[in-house]
Amino acid sequence: MRALRWHGKHDIRCDNHVPDPTIEDGRDAIIKVSSCAICGSDLHLYDGFMPGMQHGDIVGHEFMGEVMEVGKDNKKLKVGDRVVVPFTIVCGECDQCRRGNFSVCERTNRNKDIADKVFGHTTAGLYGYTHLTGGYAGGQAEYVRVPYADVGPVVIPDGLTDDQVLFLGDILPTGWQAAAQCDIQPTDTVAIWGAGPVGQFAIRSAVLMGAEQVICIDNVPERLSMARAGGAITINFDEESVIHRLQELTRGKGPEKCIDAVGMESHAARSIDSMYDRAKQALFMETDRPHVLREMIYVCRPAGILSIPGVYGGLLDKIPFGAAMNKGLTFRMGQTHVNRWTDDLLNRIQDGQIDPTFVITHKVSLEEGPDMYKVFREKHDGCIKVVLKP
Amino acid sequence: MHTPRLEYQDYRVNHDARKLARSLGWFSIGLGLAELLMPGKLARAVGMEDNEGLIRLYGLREIGTGVGLLMTDNPEPWVYGRVVGDSLDLATLGVGMQRGDNPVGAAIAATAVAGVTVLDLACARGLGEEHHPVTLYDYSDRSGFPEPPERMRGRAAYGSIDRLPQVHGADAADRETETRH
Ligand SMILES: NC(=O)c1ccc[n+]([C@@H]2O[C@H](COP(=O)([O-])OP(=O)(O)OC[C@H]3O[C@@H](n4cnc5c(N)ncnc54)[C@H](O)[C@@H]3O)[C@@H](O)[C@H]2O)c1
Ligand SMILES: [Zn+2]
Ligand SMILES: [Zn+2]
Repeated sequence: MRALRWHGKHDIRCDNHVPDPTIEDGRDAIIKVSSCAICGSDLHLYDGFMPGMQHGDIVGHEFMGEVMEVGKDNKKLKVGDRVVVPFTIVCGECDQCRRGNFSVCERTNRNKDIADKVFGHTTAGLYGYTHLTGGYAGGQAEYVRVPYADVGPVVIPDGLTDDQVLFLGDILPTGWQAAAQCDIQPTDTVAIWGAGPVGQFAIRSAVLMGAEQVICIDNVPERLSMARAGGAITINFDEESVIHRLQELTRGKGPEKCIDAVGMESHAARSIDSMYDRAKQALFMETDRPHVLREMIYVCRPAGILSIPGVYGGLLDKIPFGAAMNKGLTFRMGQTHVNRWTDDLLNRIQDGQIDPTFVITHKVSLEEGPDMYKVFREKHDGCIKVVLKP
Repeated sequence: MHTPRLEYQDYRVNHDARKLARSLGWFSIGLGLAELLMPGKLARAVGMEDNEGLIRLYGLREIGTGVGLLMTDNPEPWVYGRVVGDSLDLATLGVGMQRGDNPVGAAIAATAVAGVTVLDLACARGLGEEHHPVTLYDYSDRSGFPEPPERMRGRAAYGSIDRLPQVHGADAADRETETRH
């Protein structure tokens, strides 16, 4: 089959003679991928920020398709079912799954020992996302083996297109959970850093959950225009000071709720208003990574909530933890517990309350995938979300 | 998918070129300090021992350009400043190659300068691209909502994460037993 494989930093190729996956366990299923997407999380692999990738790993964790084959113990799926596959692999039986904490399933990470060592405890297995989370082959391919396929996959009813439901596997629930974690009250201002696909869905979710004011911060004009379309007030961090604008919009009190939809590759603002910032820029320290986190801690209203869907990998430097502690901030974060939200969100899509297709800007073949990584990363050609058709 | 995409023209900052400009700034300062602090050594290396004063002067020039590159919001003129400086250096080394005591040393230095000149020119070209308008897209029609956002506000308000429809706790356990048996 054809599949996109990681061959090193900035080197993802569409390879032609990749062996087809086969059923390895009675609960497995093999899916023929009809649509898959490139995610901001894939960029962390592309840019070489995540440890634990190996030469030749198949990437991709946002995919859907038709069931081609099911294992003998799988009572949930039948050949021909159309399913969206959540990016977190869940067993459905361990203590965490039984509590609904799906992204920290205790059993699906095949490389549990490494994860235990690195993080203290294992987290769920993920598709196409490093050997720290199981080294499972990803979904930017013609076929994928779906382990524990009697639990995770969401069967899609007739009458919905791929584009409408594809994002149920990751970014829609991720934006939704980001907002849900904010316990939004009708008087809240919710500030969202990052107007990528995750930020876009977080905006829509915060609006639906009733935030009085939703503010979105980024520096890419077309992403900001899409943010405004969804009901956000926008701040371009290249043009104005984020802290000042946020203070202004909240009469000096700061937003009650802050969402980091950027993660470990954040850029620092280019609008420079102090000698200190200029010195940092001159020393190439302006890109030290946890920039957004620092800004959120600083600007968030005391007793507020920071919700962090943005992905981080290892250790972070210079987090103003004193400020966070003394301000009494609550941090909520994690890979998304996708299966917590899929039933509800599928209903909302069917009801027409939200139409996730609005983020799609590019739809191309799998062969064009490697080029699209570049386009998406550089935000060329108005790119916000890429869907690939194997 | 929403087609066609609305387009308009705008300008974009070339972050890579600006980063290169800052590296060149540091390079200028480093070279300038060397020229200022040990002109004798450099003069001997290129076989132009009578020209220590000139080398010091060039050092000052390099430091000035370097500081300028690091402090400015508009690095383009400073990068062109470096290109002019490069030609001056090359001309001087050319003289050294013809009339100096160490033509080989001068030639090696000229090759190094030529290498940096290539970088300077690339940087200038990159910064020049900032003047070319690029096509941007207008996504102001992509709300994802069936009605204006103002009308959608609060449609899913439950007041607390615990009351939002979701699968956890006993539900999660039950659902899995249901689907598996
Ligand atoms: N928790 C999860 O389960 C989960 C799921 C999907 C994605 N993610 C993560 O969410 C993050 C966003 O994903 P995406 O697909 O939207 O990626 P993306 O790269 O398209 O979006 C990131 C956006 O952040 C902007 N940005 C950079 N620096 C900024 C700053 N200082 N202030 C404000 N904005 C800034 C960029 O311009 C970009 O538009 C990534 O870290 C991704 O890994 C997490
Ligand atoms: Zn993703
Ligand atoms: Zn589990």
